[in-house]
Amino acid sequence: MAFQYIKNVKIEGIAACVPSRIEENSGLSLFATPEEYQRFVDTTGIERRHVVSDGICASDLCFEAAEKLIADLGWSKPEIDCLIFVSQTPDYRLPATACVLQERLGLSKECMSLDISLGCSGWVYGITTLAALLAGGQLKKGLLLVGDTVTVTKSPLDKSTYPLFGDAGTATALAYSPDAVGIQSCLYTDGGNYEAIIIEDGGARHPVTPESFVMKEYENGSIRNRLQSYLDGSSVFTFGISKAPQCVNNLIEHFGLNRETVDYFLFHQANMLMNEKIRTKLKLPAEKVPYILKDFGNTSSTSIPLTMVHSLKDEISQEKRNFIACGFGVGLSWGAVAFETNKIVCSELIKI
Amino acid sequence: METIFIEKFKEILEISDRNLELTDKFREYDEWNSLVFLSLIAMIDEEFDVIIEGKEFKKLETVGEIIEAIKVAQN
Repeated sequence: MAFQYIKNVKIEGIAACVPSRIEENSGLSLFATPEEYQRFVDTTGIERRHVVSDGICASDLCFEAAEKLIADLGWSKPEIDCLIFVSQTPDYRLPATACVLQERLGLSKECMSLDISLGCSGWVYGITTLAALLAGGQLKKGLLLVGDTVTVTKSPLDKSTYPLFGDAGTATALAYSPDAVGIQSCLYTDGGNYEAIIIEDGGARHPVTPESFVMKEYENGSIRNRLQSYLDGSSVFTFGISKAPQCVNNLIEHFGLNRETVDYFLFHQANMLMNEKIRTKLKLPAEKVPYILKDFGNTSSTSIPLTMVHSLKDEISQEKRNFIACGFGVGLSWGAVAFETNKIVCSELIKI
Repeated sequence: METIFIEKFKEILEISDRNLELTDKFREYDEWNSLVFLSLIAMIDEEFDVIIEGKEFKKLETVGEIIEAIKVAQN
């Protein structure tokens, strides 16, 4: 049972960066009629998405967020002992993108750097991992860089996924602090459904061959090749509406948390139908569950920190707030984490 | 239960001018699409407290078979 109560660690700041280029779903030729577009918006809540231009990587978005956050915090770079980069869209198959970012950010060579390969559960997994590393008190300051450029992995001819996703990169700063309340987290995995969201070719299991590039039409009318990501909407939907509420309830019960004192429940945002289903199953009031789907879409691992920066910036900079965050997706992998922010540094949303 | 299911399913499909038959192959409805599918799974969860897994749902072909699957899961 991966329940963890990690003390002596606090969140010091948070920042996010999105591409300035916006793609309006209403302009996509994927939708045959205005009625079809309207049905899509009514169901998913997604009107537009920030989409990277060619050549911009998740690490570039995370780099901007990290630079701004370090400056706003007034941290000195040599103090940063640990850097974790979480993404499904790394720069290279090797080396780890965290290593590239260590140099680019001008961090010390004595900084421990590693990648975590996770998507929509990534921020929850990342913050738990970084907190656990810092809790011993030997590493003092750490950066969690979570970013994805999911749009580059989708076929523009795949109606079932293309209009849903947007790109973003985020930075979350954690520090060892003996008086901090810490975080409480629970993490889960179901590798039995590893094929529910997958890019089939390009790894060691199925290396790239000429066939990898062949565009094929699938039964739901979507057209993609084996280097573009596949998403089994039905499996992922049933997974989300059952596991997300269940794991939030497990977290609350296991640690004896009081749901009334939680100010905000932040979920990975996949689409409005799924997220509203999760919210109503947990009987949470709408004002405690902010969404950014309308203007950003599904931004994979960044949904949770991007929502904090976009929708709660002033509040978390000025007041103490309690959160429960829950991420769920590719892996399949999911988890929830309870944490506090006490007047943290929250940088202005960056657009590049 | 059948009546409630069919009424709710018609609402999702936005069908008001005809009835659904238990033998209908729902994937052949003109109104069927991926969004209807998600709404259907959500409705079954909400009305009948049953979640039909994706793999299991793929095996179902007719309206009657969905209703049977809900009944089996409820017992």
